[in-house]
Amino acid sequence: MIDLSTIPSPLVQIVIGLIGVLAFVGLNGLVCVYLERKVAGHIQRRPGPFEVGPHGILQPLADAVKLVAKQMITPKGADPILYWAAPLISFAPAIACFLPLPFGPKLQNVSINVGLILILAFSSLNVLALCLAGWSSQNKWSLLGAARDIAQSVAYEIPLLLSLLPIILLTGSLNLAEITQTQGPWPWQWLVVKQPLAFIIFFVCVFAETNRAPFDLPEAESELTAGFHTEYSGMGFGLFFLAEYSYMVVGCALASILFLGGYQGPVASGWWWFLLKVYALLLVMMWVRWTYPRVRFDQLLNLAWKWFIPLSLLNILITALVVKL
Amino acid sequence: MIGSKLKETFDGVVSLLIGLKITFKNFLKPNLTVHYPRKTVKPEELTGYRGHIELVPKPENPFVPRCIGCGLCRDICPSGCIEVRSKRIAEEKEIHTPHFGLQDTPLDLTRKVAPPQKTKIEIVSFELNYNYCSLCGLCVQNCPAGSLRFSKDIYLASFSSRDFEFDLLKRLEKQAQARLKEEEEWTK
Repeated sequence: MIDLSTIPSPLVQIVIGLIGVLAFVGLNGLVCVYLERKVAGHIQRRPGPFEVGPHGILQPLADAVKLVAKQMITPKGADPILYWAAPLISFAPAIACFLPLPFGPKLQNVSINVGLILILAFSSLNVLALCLAGWSSQNKWSLLGAARDIAQSVAYEIPLLLSLLPIILLTGSLNLAEITQTQGPWPWQWLVVKQPLAFIIFFVCVFAETNRAPFDLPEAESELTAGFHTEYSGMGFGLFFLAEYSYMVVGCALASILFLGGYQGPVASGWWWFLLKVYALLLVMMWVRWTYPRVRFDQLLNLAWKWFIPLSLLNILITALVVKL
Repeated sequence: MIGSKLKETFDGVVSLLIGLKITFKNFLKPNLTVHYPRKTVKPEELTGYRGHIELVPKPENPFVPRCIGCGLCRDICPSGCIEVRSKRIAEEKEIHTPHFGLQDTPLDLTRKVAPPQKTKIEIVSFELNYNYCSLCGLCVQNCPAGSLRFSKDIYLASFSSRDFEFDLLKRLEKQAQARLKEEEEWTK
């Protein structure tokens, strides 16, 4: 792997990093689609994609080609500018979220002091994209999906941020590389041991923020056809899809950096440990998706407002007291 | 109040974990899917398969169904897709006079007795319109003679709805003939 910090000009560094991130996001989309369908299949005792390539390994590639080749249709009555801006607004911040992630000890695009805040800020832009997509589609299902997404994201953004405050209190830093280094290579040195409640709240909020089952109400296929992306065809839908998987990776990456020691592992710390942790968490997300039914909307909001927000506030209080004493 | 709420939540979390355990176990178990064109299931392994109904032959005569022509299947069918027609025919049987021991007394012919006429039911036709069948299995469940069963014809497909109107008597005959042929070949 290249050592990104040795590249002299920061602009060149960012450009190279961006290309790397884009390649990673695209590849990750393919891998995730394949993993998702295989996990779904095996949980339901069927093989999943099997026919395209050995064990269906080329299936996501074929799907991608199909998506790219499809005609992009703007529905009658839709706002053409907002309608096509929405998938871009959804996808572009996802790329930005990858920039401050420390993939390895020296594998970090932009080392900034407020990496955590940057990721949280950019990832919440996704709500705006989904809102625009639903609003501009001129479709009742899209609109309902968007309305649900806004209520859901607003509710879950709060416990998500609150669950991260104890970590910041404990490590005294917003720099993701520094937070990683405060933890050791061994599992008992990771912050998940000190903050198990924060980890659970954060991880569940990631489910809700990325609109994953059992919190996939904005795109509930049995109720709203496809929710906010009902009208999108071709790469419009493809970008939303890529963005969803990218946000999943960003969420899992944050979880592994903040709680599971990031790129540090018992033997030979490096980017492989980071990817291992991220994909393990992604597999858990898929496992959960194919286990639980979708929650009702009042249950979803009750969980955030009645459980996660009070619990995370309590967690902050206790952590603050422990840190201070 | 708070105690019961907490208990409820705890139980909920436990049940969530149980759900994860179940899916994880199933994830590790082997697939049940049969990769069709490369592998097929033998007809005798199709235990749970529900094809269209067919008639079960009498054990002594494979050409005659067990059906007694009661018409229960036709009456109970919610889709009304079964049509049974039967007729009663008198059975020609020798009426013999019973003898009671050695006494050799003649039968009391003054007593009025209905003539011992035995009738037999013959199934004239048994038609199934599979186009309307919902495969509920009520006919199979309710047949008093055990004369109906699900066929195992999994490759049944056609472009015409005419092909799904079955004459089950003819089907039984064909099956019996096929069985006879098979047995002949075995004996050879």
